[in-house]
Amino acid sequence: MSDLSRRKLFTAGLATAAGASGLAAASALAKRYGLVPPDHGGLYGLGETLTYAAQRVLTSHSMAREFPPSEISNPPFANPVAPFGDAYKRLQAGGFTGWRLSVDGMVARPGSFSIAELKTYPSRHQITHLACEEGWSYIAQWTGVPLSCVLEKAGVLPQAKYVAYFSIEPDWWDSIDMADALHPQTLVAYGMNGAELAPGLGGPLRMRVPRQLGYKNVKFITRLTVTDDLKRFGKGLGSSAPEEGYAWYAGI
Amino acid sequence: MSDAAWAATSAAAVPARAVAARHSALVRVTHWITTLCFLALLVTGVEILISHPRFYWGEAGNINTTPLFKIPIPASRASVPTGYGYVLPDQNGWSRYLHFQTAWVLVLTGLLYIISSLLRGHFRKNLLPAGADLSWRACATEIANHVRFKRPGAQEAWSYNLLQRLTYLVVVFVLFPLIIWTGLAMSPAIASVFPDTVSVLGGQQSARTIHFFVTLFLVLFLLVHIMMICLAGFKNRMRAMITGRADTNDKERL
Repeated sequence: MSDLSRRKLFTAGLATAAGASGLAAASALAKRYGLVPPDHGGLYGLGETLTYAAQRVLTSHSMAREFPPSEISNPPFANPVAPFGDAYKRLQAGGFTGWRLSVDGMVARPGSFSIAELKTYPSRHQITHLACEEGWSYIAQWTGVPLSCVLEKAGVLPQAKYVAYFSIEPDWWDSIDMADALHPQTLVAYGMNGAELAPGLGGPLRMRVPRQLGYKNVKFITRLTVTDDLKRFGKGLGSSAPEEGYAWYAGI
Repeated sequence: MSDAAWAATSAAAVPARAVAARHSALVRVTHWITTLCFLALLVTGVEILISHPRFYWGEAGNINTTPLFKIPIPASRASVPTGYGYVLPDQNGWSRYLHFQTAWVLVLTGLLYIISSLLRGHFRKNLLPAGADLSWRACATEIANHVRFKRPGAQEAWSYNLLQRLTYLVVVFVLFPLIIWTGLAMSPAIASVFPDTVSVLGGQQSARTIHFFVTLFLVLFLLVHIMMICLAGFKNRMRAMITGRADTNDKERL
């Protein structure tokens, strides 16, 4: 073997070893700092993990852009929802006075809130962009109580890692990590453009996560669960979206 | 026939050929990874596009907004008014997963190519046009040769001509950075970290529209690139980009 090819072989071996140990170190670090998304298995797990980890590191203190009222899309647009189930219709007939948002899981004080109660907490108005993965978008003024405030009332335990939220409509749920759950712009929204949130747009209660795409903003929410492990929910992929082939993390 | 006799006959039948180094391993490997990535991004990008084949300018746009233009194709979502009586199957889930995973591979490959090319002087030696080539007369000759589909001489297998250099530079330093930038500008998380990179483009819908047009330019480049390779000698050019070596006695014409 000539000197040149021996040197090449040595360099290639060194590069491979460095690459492998780099990957192992990166994966250990990512697990330790919660940078691995629940749908990290499978063919696209590497890309998902890279995107989630990179965006989590970048967005630790970032705020979604807020716009002047002149930018509000009029009228707003939302994909049509399936016909409402009986549970929703019953509550709608009662003017949503019976609608409750329950909070359970890793909290000191599990319980539930009526919409009137949620409205007594400090509210936040924000004019933000909602983009659907399909390509369309709209800007609206959202009003609601920051999710962090609701979680504070319930007393989140320190080991909490995710908040899962469920629609009154079946098989419609999602979850976010604590970085998004405690973010000041993440709202349990009950108003849009100065009025009550209309049923077609997710009323009476909708999760609003402005640093992620539209499908993370689950409509008609009735339950929050604080957890440290998403494996116990559904198929263990973190939300109903990956069960239908969509990514759990939708910051992109 | 003995081996020696076979060798003697074939040597007589085929003129002596010499091969010489043409493309570095780095250029070849990054070229083919980029090719595969581009095709995957194109297919998945089209899949994502057909869920809403309308384009807007500004921050927001939806079916209640006047579009900048529409692509007259059926959509994969029933809520888009396309004029067609049917809806295409929705393939967005895996298309988005694959689009973003491939984008990572493309960006990392691109960084590897750019950094090592800078270190090894690839851009300076092979892609930056020499001063004399940039004279009006030289440019006019080069353009005239292309317009007349004049086939390149043998010496051109060993370096790039002026139009080729300029085109590759635009693809590497304008089109690819622009398509990555506009892709990132569509991400709500990235927009929250670098809001100016979105507003400079005119908004998130503008970014989507520019992303589409840059794709068209890249597809145009791909088609012309393949056409030129066929005109200049498909076998020898493919051989050079795969094995790294080209035939010095290239008589091949189509």
